[in-house]
Amino acid sequence: MIPASFAYARPTTVDEALQAIAAGGDDVKIMAGGQSLIPVMRLRLAAPETVVDLTKVAELRGVREDGDSLVIGAMTTHTDILRDPLIAQYGKLIAEATETVADPAVRHRGTFGGALAHADPAGDLPAVALALDAEFVIAGPGGARRSVPASAFFVDYLTTALDEGELLLEVRVPKLGEGWGVRYEKFNRVAQAWSIVAVAAAVRMEGGRIAEARIGLTNMGSTPLRATATEQALVGADVSLETVTAAAAQAAEGTEPSSDLNAQADYRQHLARVLTGRAVRAATGL
Amino acid sequence: MTQINVRVDGASYSDDVEPRTLLVHYLREQLGKVGTVVGCDTSNCGACTVHLDGESVKSCTVLAVQADGSEVTTIEGIAEGGELHPMQKAFHEKHGLQCGYCTPGMIMASIDLLKNNPNPSEHEIREGIEGNLCRCTGYVNIVRAVQQAAGKMSSTAGAQA
Repeated sequence: MIPASFAYARPTTVDEALQAIAAGGDDVKIMAGGQSLIPVMRLRLAAPETVVDLTKVAELRGVREDGDSLVIGAMTTHTDILRDPLIAQYGKLIAEATETVADPAVRHRGTFGGALAHADPAGDLPAVALALDAEFVIAGPGGARRSVPASAFFVDYLTTALDEGELLLEVRVPKLGEGWGVRYEKFNRVAQAWSIVAVAAAVRMEGGRIAEARIGLTNMGSTPLRATATEQALVGADVSLETVTAAAAQAAEGTEPSSDLNAQADYRQHLARVLTGRAVRAATGL
Repeated sequence: MTQINVRVDGASYSDDVEPRTLLVHYLREQLGKVGTVVGCDTSNCGACTVHLDGESVKSCTVLAVQADGSEVTTIEGIAEGGELHPMQKAFHEKHGLQCGYCTPGMIMASIDLLKNNPNPSEHEIREGIEGNLCRCTGYVNIVRAVQQAAGKMSSTAGAQA
């Protein structure tokens, strides 16, 4: 299978990329690592007029720190993330989820920003970004910048707040340092498979009590979700099996997951509760 | 058509390709490097794995134009001076194949794995070749082959050091 014909642009700077997107006609696809886009084009589920390939835009690749934040360039590959010392120190939840993405060859090409902009409900990084209250820095036509919080970025199935002509530049997440425990708990059945359900948990402990809890759910709806009821039940609670188990029992509240050949909706809700319990226990060291 | 300049298995090529041409098709059909095979065509099986600038990639999921200016190594480029690469030798000696269709990709993925982790545990080997499917062997002899190659390659590296 071969993709339909398209015009191809390979810019080397953000400005060139924005110009190529603007000049690309009615149906432009921005290609990051191409590990989702090329398969979709091969199947002719997408047949864009123009592909703007970002792999040579060096300024979009890499991780830096800015005060209390990590700033992750959209074209940072999954492999880059797993080798990055700042991620190892302050971004362990991102690293845990990234390790579970596809397989090594795909992680060499696939990117952090590409996975988020693709917004597959079964993708692992959107729930992490949502749990971390990430900020998405976006460039528009002409170079104007805007910032969108994760809570507004994921709009629907494969749909984000990115408008036509816009480009995701970088993602800002808070550094999670001392006092934080994290775990990405993923359930699937075979190698390199997508999450049937997964849970991203980050918990900050203070003197035997839970001071902050951030729980993101993967594949429990058309967008990533927060397990708000569980988070509220955890904050202020003591770190014990009883409180964590009771809080995790609320993890599927308000969710309407899909039913498909991998799982029925009620089974997904069961998985969300079980995986949330496991993730929070691991994050709190129970 | 777009012109690309690429080095494949140590030789330089300058070719015109359509942007939609997949790297695996360029390798097989334009360069005749048919050692790299197309398996699933859906980015799952890893049979088409090659190294692009030293890192394993699924060549059905990279455009040939993206290899412009890069170095590609296929299964055909890893033997040196008529001597099989230690990984090829190990797959042969440990019977790490039956039908052999996954083998080119399996070997390229395994070489990449050892580059990053010269002494992997069995679990790490299984994780490292997660993107490569074998429907014959049950992976047991593949894991043994990678273990043998790891031993050989690290002792050779030690001797050179």
